[in-house]
Amino acid sequence: MQEAMKIYFELNGEQRYVEIEPGESLLSLLRRLGMKSVKSGCETGDCGACTVLLNGRAVRSCTTFAAQVRGKRVTTLEGLGDVDDPHPLQEAFVEAGAVQCGFCTPGMILVAYELLSKNGAPTPQEVRAAISGNLCRCTGYVKIVDAVLLAAQWKREGKWR
Amino acid sequence: MALEGKVVGRNVRKVDGLALACGRPKFTLDLDLPGALVGKILRSPYAHARILRIDTSRAEAVPGVACILHHGNVDRVPYTTAGQGWPEPSPYDNFLFDRKVRFVGDRVAAVAAETEEAAREALRLIEVDYEVLPAVLSPEEALAAGAPAIHDEDDAEGIYDAQHNIAAAVDIPVGDIERGFAESDVIVEASCEIPYSQHVALEPHCVIAYFDEDGRLVLRTSTQVPFHVRRIVARVVGLPMEKIRVVKPRIGGGFGSKQEVILEPVAAALALRAGRPVVMALDRAEVFTATRTRHPMRVRVKLGAKKDGTLHAIEMEALSNTGAYGAHSLTVLSNTGSKTLPLYNKAPHLWFHGKAVYTNLPVAGAYRGYGATQGYFALEVAMDMLAERLGMDPIELRLVNHIRAGETSPIFEKIGEGREGKPQTVKSCALEECLRVGAEKIGWREKRARRRREGSWAYGVGMSVSMQGSGITGIDMAAATIMMNENGSFRLLVGATDIGTGSDTVLAQIAAEVLGVPVERISVYSSDTDFTPFDTGAYASSTTYVSGMAVLRAARKVREAILEVAAGMLAEPPEDLELAEERVTSKKTGKSVTLSEVGHRATYVVDQRHIIASASFVPEESPPPFAAFFCEVAVDTETGVVRVERFVAAADCGVAIHPKLAAGQLEGAIVQGIGHALSEELLFSEKGRCTNANLFDYRIPSALDVPALEVVLVDSEEPSGPLGAKSIAEVGINGPLPAISNAIYHAVGVRLTRAPFTPARVLAALRG
Repeated sequence: MQEAMKIYFELNGEQRYVEIEPGESLLSLLRRLGMKSVKSGCETGDCGACTVLLNGRAVRSCTTFAAQVRGKRVTTLEGLGDVDDPHPLQEAFVEAGAVQCGFCTPGMILVAYELLSKNGAPTPQEVRAAISGNLCRCTGYVKIVDAVLLAAQWKREGKWR
Repeated sequence: MALEGKVVGRNVRKVDGLALACGRPKFTLDLDLPGALVGKILRSPYAHARILRIDTSRAEAVPGVACILHHGNVDRVPYTTAGQGWPEPSPYDNFLFDRKVRFVGDRVAAVAAETEEAAREALRLIEVDYEVLPAVLSPEEALAAGAPAIHDEDDAEGIYDAQHNIAAAVDIPVGDIERGFAESDVIVEASCEIPYSQHVALEPHCVIAYFDEDGRLVLRTSTQVPFHVRRIVARVVGLPMEKIRVVKPRIGGGFGSKQEVILEPVAAALALRAGRPVVMALDRAEVFTATRTRHPMRVRVKLGAKKDGTLHAIEMEALSNTGAYGAHSLTVLSNTGSKTLPLYNKAPHLWFHGKAVYTNLPVAGAYRGYGATQGYFALEVAMDMLAERLGMDPIELRLVNHIRAGETSPIFEKIGEGREGKPQTVKSCALEECLRVGAEKIGWREKRARRRREGSWAYGVGMSVSMQGSGITGIDMAAATIMMNENGSFRLLVGATDIGTGSDTVLAQIAAEVLGVPVERISVYSSDTDFTPFDTGAYASSTTYVSGMAVLRAARKVREAILEVAAGMLAEPPEDLELAEERVTSKKTGKSVTLSEVGHRATYVVDQRHIIASASFVPEESPPPFAAFFCEVAVDTETGVVRVERFVAAADCGVAIHPKLAAGQLEGAIVQGIGHALSEELLFSEKGRCTNANLFDYRIPSALDVPALEVVLVDSEEPSGPLGAKSIAEVGINGPLPAISNAIYHAVGVRLTRAPFTPARVLAALRG
């Protein structure tokens, strides 16, 4: 029996010290810790539903080992906001009609968050490129692009906290 | 907008939108169940084989294995996974586990174990001896003389001709087709083919089976049909229906794939055998190969027309591949004719005929469009050919022939849901306006008149039209319950199954409109067989129309009850009162009481009663939504690459209760259709194994693959629908295949009739 390994990492602003299984994916760890926004859609890194931010950069948690986040900062959608205090991006997705089934939404919002942290005034094509690794089968992406552009506009207008 | 509603026709906040955007744990697998076992399925490596021996002794010895099920230790009950109303129109040709396997990925056994690792190890150690049988890998082989019979079991029910691998057949003549063609001035014929494609709902199929404190079985499942799940599971595992509760949480997309009752009976059987909760989740490869697909189909359409373009005779022949089992085989085949031919109701002579045949390939089933997608590909390509032959503009040809409000088609009566249909007169149709608006937006006249060419890229425009239905006439049934809380808010309980479409929101809007409150005052709950009334489920474009009518009726009853209580408070007859803005007001005196005052009085004060009402609705007709599609494509004549540059759709869904959600349905359906046209196809080895069952090799459109897409909702009002509404969910997927094929023809002069239009196929067509 392999000995269990424990790691420190920061999850949504809180220090965590947790046991991980040998070979465990970050997706599995995060869902085990209650971060149910992290969705499993393919486990091969192709759909983007399991996207989280690792030190601010979007990664696929299904193809990232839990051990790789040792000492790092992980942000899941829960870390952005909740229904009583949503992040403007979350508001924008609802406002624009970008949420249909909602399964791809957590990953979409996180890649949009990364984009807008680097580029406050993206063009529609830049938004499409940024979200192109995240699949959605419901919306045809039209309203997701609208939502990201709306959130960017709110950010430029100083409406982000 | 035909109806100027306070709530209806407005883009209110989607009732579950913010919780979903915040990642709240609302999906099936977001519930942690301590002590739950993991269920896994052993799948057949052969396309066609008999199981000679199965030995689970080594597998059972794996630490943590709770139970293993296979054909030798479960009851043999023939059933269908199709998840339809009762009596079921699909053949009973499935078994929980069978002595025979009929496609690569078919179920052989299932394991429940403490951990996923233990379950996998057990699967590896189950010993199975197979007698490999010759496999049938195409409909042509299935129909060939001497082909092996895929369903040679003697206890299947409802198969049309098992010996010849024919799951279902239709033959619907109207008028005299031979005379029709003889009297026609022009005849054209097109034969188009759609391959295996998959829904690719982002959430894979999953279910949790557990027992409540009374020992009843609870299935929390990703389904479109909770009430059908309850009925089918009860039958397959031999439990009385009242011992089963099916809970539908939020669903991560369905598109038909979750109408099929695939995992639930397995999870239920494992949980019952183990006496423990069981969690089952398919991986993406299993979703591709072992859930359901669109029915691959070849459809041949022959059109006969008069010189002025009036259609005089239409023959449509369909050869459908239902795969290893016959789920939806008859009804998808029927729909290929019944949802297409009424659109061109001027032709007096029709013949729709076809077969759905078994093969040793994955199982086809319900998929958005449901046969109409296959039918429209051939029909609308044939119409493009006819326009060319007649020297008419393709739009003009549609205008000459399409059905109008006040008109009917004999097909409505001839073809129903696996049986005869019902006569129906179309009461709303804004297709003319859809054609006008769409043509204007794409710049049809200019672009059609001169073909653009830049280097190796040739540009062209094409169009198509389609209709669908709104629910299943005389078969679907929806019920709704509305209860008033004493503070003047409401609880809306519906069996209608929101699978991500936004139907909870649309239904709340209908209730809110009638009850004079904002949507925020209505909390919606869908769907749970213990706590919500019956609904056949989310399929056949039924929810807004069928479930919406049930909600409308329930809301009207509740409004009456409110007015009755208020009449006592205001000492005026109910007919002098009106309900709006959370108050009941006298039209005569202007005096009013709030809904909260009404609620408190009814609940606590005088003549106490709970203000609550239920209502049901069965549709007597299935009003079609209509749509016109236009696209501009660029074809690289050197590489065969096709780019859809622009896509415009104009649709008539009656009154759009929530225009943004309706547009979202249309956009999503069109992009799925573009995927069908350009890239999506499951590929198989010569032994029937799927070779691209992953999201890297099976390409669905990404955000970069989507063209400039513009959708327009054209006003109409459907008199039979809830506040003027009819459906929108499916109609959009029928347009892209023929519109893109027709645009490619306009660009480069070759007809692409086999989807998807890959560079290799386009190049082959260009080189003749």
